Amino acid sequence: MQPIFPLSQFVNQALSANWWTYLVFGVIGFAFGYVLEISGFGNSKKLAAQFYFKDLTVLKVMFTAIVTAMVLLFLASAVGILDFNLVYVPETHLWPGIVGGLIMGVGFIVGGFCPGTSLVSASTLKVDGIIFVLGAVVGVWAFGETVDPFWDWWNQSGYYGRLTLMDVTHLPTGWVVLLVVFMALFMFWGAEQLERIVGKRDMSREPKLRLIGAAALVVIAVAIILIGQPTASEKYAKLLITREVDGQNVQLSPDKALEGRMAQIHPGELLASLADQKLNIVMLDVRSEADYNLFHIKGAQNVPLDEIRALAPGLLSENSSNTIIVLMSNDEAAATEAWKVLQAESVPNVYILEGGVNNWISIFAADEAGITPTTTPVGDDQSRYSFEAALGDRYAASDPAPYEWELEYTPKIQLQRMRGVSGGGCG
Amino acid sequence: MTTAAPEAPKKGLFGIRTRPYVHPYLGGVLLGIVLFLAFLLTRNGLGASGGLNRLVAAVEDLVVPGHIDRTPYLLKMAGGSLNPLDDWSVPVIIGAFLGGMASGLLNGRTKVEINKGPRISNRTRLIVAFIGGVLFAYGARMARGCTSGQALSGGATLSAGSWALMMCIFAGAYALAYFVRKLWN
Repeated sequence: MQPIFPLSQFVNQALSANWWTYLVFGVIGFAFGYVLEISGFGNSKKLAAQFYFKDLTVLKVMFTAIVTAMVLLFLASAVGILDFNLVYVPETHLWPGIVGGLIMGVGFIVGGFCPGTSLVSASTLKVDGIIFVLGAVVGVWAFGETVDPFWDWWNQSGYYGRLTLMDVTHLPTGWVVLLVVFMALFMFWGAEQLERIVGKRDMSREPKLRLIGAAALVVIAVAIILIGQPTASEKYAKLLITREVDGQNVQLSPDKALEGRMAQIHPGELLASLADQKLNIVMLDVRSEADYNLFHIKGAQNVPLDEIRALAPGLLSENSSNTIIVLMSNDEAAATEAWKVLQAESVPNVYILEGGVNNWISIFAADEAGITPTTTPVGDDQSRYSFEAALGDRYAASDPAPYEWELEYTPKIQLQRMRGVSGGGCG
Repeated sequence: MTTAAPEAPKKGLFGIRTRPYVHPYLGGVLLGIVLFLAFLLTRNGLGASGGLNRLVAAVEDLVVPGHIDRTPYLLKMAGGSLNPLDDWSVPVIIGAFLGGMASGLLNGRTKVEINKGPRISNRTRLIVAFIGGVLFAYGARMARGCTSGQALSGGATLSAGSWALMMCIFAGAYALAYFVRKLWN
């Protein structure tokens, strides 16, 4: 069984395809607002007290929520019911995040709320909450109107895409989870000391249950380490992909799809897709750098096979509603390996160039002077051509004009749409 | 507990007695479960400022549709035939508003009032609330998310950028807290 979460209706389809998806978000929002209110977040005095070390409710609620959701998420991923690659991880735009964060901090201490809590405050008729919401409306409007002059900075500075603490620390997921749990517990201990000393609170009346809760967090984190996150080969073995065959959606294993030649696209289909303005074609050439320098298709990027996995987070965060990834090697062997890697990482819309670069050349360079077939026999996935010079993409066959070629082929590309998540979060 | 006269119990709208807030750790665990379920079912976490932004874009789309198509930031939300309200963040904030309302009513905390420090006037409190709202929301859009969409949702999914941003929210607030202490103490 492949992971059943997140539910496919939220991943592969627009929300408007299923009306009830809005209802699910509405119910989640309702629970969100309810919990904020019962925690005291509708009260600006309670929120601001955080910053005078008297009442650290904000820190306690926030970090308890973060570590609780974190351990549950990675436990669900470890036992294989959740595909973490499909979970939206806010992308890292480091500098806009840092500057925006500092501005938010100022807004927090001056205004007494953050946007979520101000909604809850407004809904319980706190006038200061209502006014904060009005200010926030003006703030979001003002940002849209003033971002133009620093548009490039806002989009590019410190941009790392989907970057997790696991990528930064090079530690296994479970260890990062455990460290974050320990950090949170240490902060809670510190918060309670402050409340005792500065806030003059009697901490002996705090419920003992919180110690059991702390122990439970540690136990789950250790369990996540022991189970481990699913490896690529485990994910691949469980994977099922959906293909439309004779008008019917069929689920099949990726190996079956390869056997049935459903993932291999004819060079003609690649050429036509490149010319299609509505599609964003990402060509990844997994041959050696030497082969790539001799000849490659215009626009293809050279990526060694062992670096393909590292590209997965970036490919996942691309707007994949119109992105198609085409892998190529000299024949098909290396490209097929790369295809399996990206399948295991849940990257959608990945295809293999049928017959590889050799096949491409045999079609488009039949009478190009600088490219001649080798006379000695070569092994599988080796180049069967010799080149006059390492011209890269400056051969005519690197960039054939689509309208000059009428090629017969069976189209294989079935665009699997992913619901765009950017513009979400708060971003 | 000897002789102190019992205070008159506080009441909210409809005379419902005001109940105390839940323990912070309990509130946190519940919030964490909501956040987890959001990710599990929908792949999205929670959010507030994004939904607010879409409501604003929807109004702009009604009032000045041409303006949207000339503003790159608004284009991806409401350009052309895009409906800015067709996004997960919109039902989430509507739900959050209703959830807060329900809890406020049930627990006797819904009451027209202004929460502020003892040393400032109502007028000052409302002015700084407005300024704070403008600043917070401006920063939230710059950072592509607020305490909900970045700190909570990015924190739980271990996004490196979200953790940096979360530290900056606390740093910004703590750095200024001393200078605006009159507002709250």
